[in-house]
Amino acid sequence: MQIGQQQSAAKKPLTQIHTLETGPSTRGAGLRRALRGLPYLGVVPFLALVGVFFLWPTYIVITQAFVDDQGAFTMEYVTTVATSEVNLNAFRNSIQVSVITALLGGIFGGLLSWAVANSRRHGMFRRATMAASGVFAQFGGVMLAFAFLATFGFNGLVTLFFSENFGDSFLSNPTWLYGIWGLCVVYTFFQIPLMLIVFLPAVEGLRGEWREANDSLGGSTLRYWRHVGGPVLLPSFMGAILLLFANAFSSYATAAALISQGSPIVPLQIRGAIGSEVALGGAAFGKALALGMVIVVSVVMLGYVFLQRRVSRWEQ
Amino acid sequence: MKKLTGITRVWRAVILSIIGFYMLLPIVAMADFSTRAGADGGRNFDSWAAIPSAPGLLESIAVSLQLALLAVIGILVLLVPTMIWVHLRLPLMRRPLEVLCLLPIAIPAIVIVVGIAPIYRWLSQFFGSSPLSLAFVYTILTFPFAYRAVNTSLRSVDVNTLAEAARTLGASWPRTIAGVIIPNIRAGILGACVISIALVLGEFTISSLLNYETMQVVINLLGKREGQISVAVSLAALIFAFVLLVAIPTSGKKQEVG
Repeated sequence: MQIGQQQSAAKKPLTQIHTLETGPSTRGAGLRRALRGLPYLGVVPFLALVGVFFLWPTYIVITQAFVDDQGAFTMEYVTTVATSEVNLNAFRNSIQVSVITALLGGIFGGLLSWAVANSRRHGMFRRATMAASGVFAQFGGVMLAFAFLATFGFNGLVTLFFSENFGDSFLSNPTWLYGIWGLCVVYTFFQIPLMLIVFLPAVEGLRGEWREANDSLGGSTLRYWRHVGGPVLLPSFMGAILLLFANAFSSYATAAALISQGSPIVPLQIRGAIGSEVALGGAAFGKALALGMVIVVSVVMLGYVFLQRRVSRWEQ
Repeated sequence: MKKLTGITRVWRAVILSIIGFYMLLPIVAMADFSTRAGADGGRNFDSWAAIPSAPGLLESIAVSLQLALLAVIGILVLLVPTMIWVHLRLPLMRRPLEVLCLLPIAIPAIVIVVGIAPIYRWLSQFFGSSPLSLAFVYTILTFPFAYRAVNTSLRSVDVNTLAEAARTLGASWPRTIAGVIIPNIRAGILGACVISIALVLGEFTISSLLNYETMQVVINLLGKREGQISVAVSLAALIFAFVLLVAIPTSGKKQEVG
């Protein structure tokens, strides 16, 4: 009886508040709705910057792939790109380089993340590794091309070493450096550090207690990684791989500095198309190629967003 | 630091030596290449000594450093508060914000440069031909990586409970964000700043195609003429950036508790 009374007593004021809120004063409701929208003002400056300096230029590029020099709608540029053997081959090459370097970078970068996570948190080794990673992953660009020319180029350290000691071998002839496999080797050089930067926080998010629980319950190291660490990290790992793919696919500076003749990958073909703006529709072909790039990377990034959803699911 | 078992130590050493060899070999090669003198194996530092007098190089380094500073300010003032705000107050905006931040990955720089050229022509009415106006687009280019760094930190801390506690104890929103949330996601913010500085100092695509003389543009021009000097400059720039990035985190770790 008493409990029932308490409940009904507690309910009464609640209902009163309820009727108050849905009360007849429409002016008050409007004000409340406006106040509820107020927090959205906080994102306006951010949206303004992104809108003017990113969404607008993107819109310009994508829509003008379908506009001819008279300003009329045309599918000509897009169909030309989609049926040209040269362009399709460039897309194949770009995707091949991106897949290979994303996997290599992901695997070695993932192992490196584990090794770094097991080092002293504020030690000199960790700080030097993270600084070097920032330098190689996000700063390299043009300079990495020079670095690999000094290593595997015509007078490079490794090239000279092999031609002096082993005569004619694969590494004593540097022409491979200027092709797809050269790009793979150079791109992996910035993919591994990028993986470390992107993936290390996830590895460090593994709680020590999980490992302790596994050990004290008699689990082996293998068991821990198969049943705890691995499944927890998997979505983050896959997401990082997709990020690496997009990074390699969009890369321009290293390839531009390394390869001056021919355009084996899409970004270099776009450079050529922009450069030949004088030729008929050169810029428009560049935009059609760019549209193709945007489509490929968008598909990959959709996968990334899907994986992020899984990451946040297990953390809820 | 965790106590490492013997087998962990071995694995760690193997992984670090393989990756270390691959990462350091090109750096050693640059040092070798840039100090060669003649074909007889002699050494000198002539190409290193020529760096300060390389035309336009020092000016372009100053420009790139200022751009990096502006981009970091953009991240601290715009991206981080927006992310925290959305995380705490606007859960419906989380996904749209993430998509917007990651867009610069889906839209490569070489694509953006074509569409942004008319906007920069318009902008030059206000900023003249100052290369510092690149800061707008550079800040956005750093968002994907800055977002990931900050977001991982945000999710590893129970931000909502922290904010609730701070608000219950009477803290205002700005104080909650600056005094409670930000110190807890410091690692992510620091990572975001470090990666952004490196990215801006290394940016080549947009500045070269918009004809602004940033550090990378000048280094690439040098490479066309002087092989050895360009390798020396590249190595110097890599070391310079490395020292910069090693030095920066120190200033941000004052409140570290042992």
